Amino acid sequence: MENGKLKMENSDKILIKGNYAIAQAAVNAGCQCYFGYPITPQTEIGEYLSGKMQELGRGYVCAESELAAINMVMGAVSTGVKAMTSSSSCAVALMQEALSYAASDELPVVLVNVMRTGPGLGYIYPAQGDYNQSVYGGGNGDYKIIVIAPSNVQECIDYTYRAFYLAQKYRNPVILLADGLLGQMMEPANFGEYPYPEVDVSSWALSGAKGRDARAIYSCAREEAKQIQHIIDLHKKFEVIAENETSYEEFGVSDADIILTAFGSMTRNIKAAMKVLREKGIKAGCFRPITLNPFPNNRIEELSKLGKDFIVVEMNMGQMFKDVKYAVNGNSKVELVNRPCGEWLSVEEIVSSVEKVMEKNYAASI
Amino acid sequence: MGKIVIDNNRCKSCYICTETCPKKLIKKSDKTNRLGDYMVEFDDPNGECIGCAMCAKRCPDLAITEVWR
Amino acid sequence: MQQVFSIPKSFKENFKYTFCPGCDHGVAIRLVAEVLDELNLTEKTISSTSIGCSVFLYDFLNVDCVEAPHGRALASATGVKRAQPDKVVFTYSGDGDFASIGLAESMHTALRGEKITSFMINNTTYGMTGGQLGPTTTMGQKTTTSPMGRNREYYGYPIKMAEHIALCDGTAFSARVALDSIPHINEAKKAIKKAFQVQLEGLGFGFVEILSSCPTNWHMTPEQAHERIRGEMSEIFPLGIYKNIMGD
Repeated sequence: MENGKLKMENSDKILIKGNYAIAQAAVNAGCQCYFGYPITPQTEIGEYLSGKMQELGRGYVCAESELAAINMVMGAVSTGVKAMTSSSSCAVALMQEALSYAASDELPVVLVNVMRTGPGLGYIYPAQGDYNQSVYGGGNGDYKIIVIAPSNVQECIDYTYRAFYLAQKYRNPVILLADGLLGQMMEPANFGEYPYPEVDVSSWALSGAKGRDARAIYSCAREEAKQIQHIIDLHKKFEVIAENETSYEEFGVSDADIILTAFGSMTRNIKAAMKVLREKGIKAGCFRPITLNPFPNNRIEELSKLGKDFIVVEMNMGQMFKDVKYAVNGNSKVELVNRPCGEWLSVEEIVSSVEKVMEKNYAASI
Repeated sequence: MGKIVIDNNRCKSCYICTETCPKKLIKKSDKTNRLGDYMVEFDDPNGECIGCAMCAKRCPDLAITEVWR
Repeated sequence: MQQVFSIPKSFKENFKYTFCPGCDHGVAIRLVAEVLDELNLTEKTISSTSIGCSVFLYDFLNVDCVEAPHGRALASATGVKRAQPDKVVFTYSGDGDFASIGLAESMHTALRGEKITSFMINNTTYGMTGGQLGPTTTMGQKTTTSPMGRNREYYGYPIKMAEHIALCDGTAFSARVALDSIPHINEAKKAIKKAFQVQLEGLGFGFVEILSSCPTNWHMTPEQAHERIRGEMSEIFPLGIYKNIMGD
């Protein structure tokens, strides 16, 4: 431990729960303030940081609500520091207004969403039902949030680092979209060092109008032409983000006839299912968007033009499925294998579902 | 002996100052501003203004920009 | 001759208020600006602005501002202060923002004793949207959403914010002032200064509720509106200092 950072040699790994990994990664990334409200299955993040931030003399507030928590983050990041909040699905719903403001204000808010099921209270079963809430947002107006979905505890660390960096680099809110499975799971992981450079925020951060004109951070331009330009500029910025930051991983797609597609922790199961399918002689590949927004449309389109079909596997009623279909644009077939919440689709279930799809779609050619 | 400076670009013709001046030296003028409202004017031919600044302290628009005494 | 009144330096050059004629917001903001000048705080202050008539504070004052969504100014200010404990942080909201949609944030900010200063304009209505019933609308007051007047059955009672805030242990200073007359304006400025001083001393939350006129939505002349503040409003919302742990 040095300045609260969990420093490790590159080869060292410790066994750690996803929620604690995210929390410690935030500390390592230089998060100066954490504001949060308890909700299962992410409460360990706030618990861990309550002690840690006080030890380090950093900012911590047990906020009176999620509304307050994310607005505290907005206030803190407006002064140029790194800050975050964490929550889970139905409470992230409460934060949508603030995300809309933060996107328009161009504030580098970092929000960790450890998903549970919905709609409504939804109980605490794990699910991936916040794909739409994260990618398309529940706030008003035309805005875009960067969404990164980790699939294991190591990635919880790596992408927490990345979330803080991208938020400041592009002055755009970032959601780290994990799920209950990841939050509660223990795996060996290595923290390493925060790998990104510090972003210079001096041109916009609020610090008191000393030796310069006062700065105002606000979301509405009032004059019609300025408001139009503001919205266009936000979208142009996101085009740059899409150009630079879209990320995905793929396995065995070059010779694949069919590509299993998943995000977040479901990625683990499609990788395993791919192996089983290959053993059975089915040429399966895997494709996994890491950034859900920006979405890897171009790569999916390329693969679809090569005649490769897609099977989207997700723990919701087909939310990413629609985006894959949009990217494929009729070039090949896209099918959905899903369950709305609860026990993750097992490798066996995925394999048998894929076989059924194959039977249905390829009966004539087999 | 005092004087005030009125910025009629700021004045919205609420006339709080005309009521406030203890010497009644601020009057509704017969000139109108760009909104068609009668502007106010400082009319102190006999040098009665005491520079109390009450007009400026009550003006909601800081249209009385200077008070001297 | 000596200049005894000038526009405070904390204002932007060539600023122009966008309030209706006779609106006391202009006086309230001027008092805040004068206090920022006198305490030499302009260059180290960050303000969190709210939604309503108070929203365009950043157009008038030469201080850094971050806009908060409706009701969230005190949460945003809390974030600013926790991130920058050495800066002076204040909020300037209407009663709708502070006492209705933002009541939870307001009370909890006071309970936590955040070292920030908050001003709430009490004009017994939602001004910017055209005069609807708000948390401070008085019994019997007619608004566009209480056309027969505020009654107990449909609307319940107005909130007395200065008293509520004074009850919070984290509050260092809470007062209610008015802008209807020169003596009251002078008292208001003293209270505004005190609310900043308790922050500077690190004593806790500083709060001033400011009874202000809204001639447009009260359908009154500015003078009639000030008469209402002196009469009915001051009876329901008594002026005074409700808490001051600093003493005089």
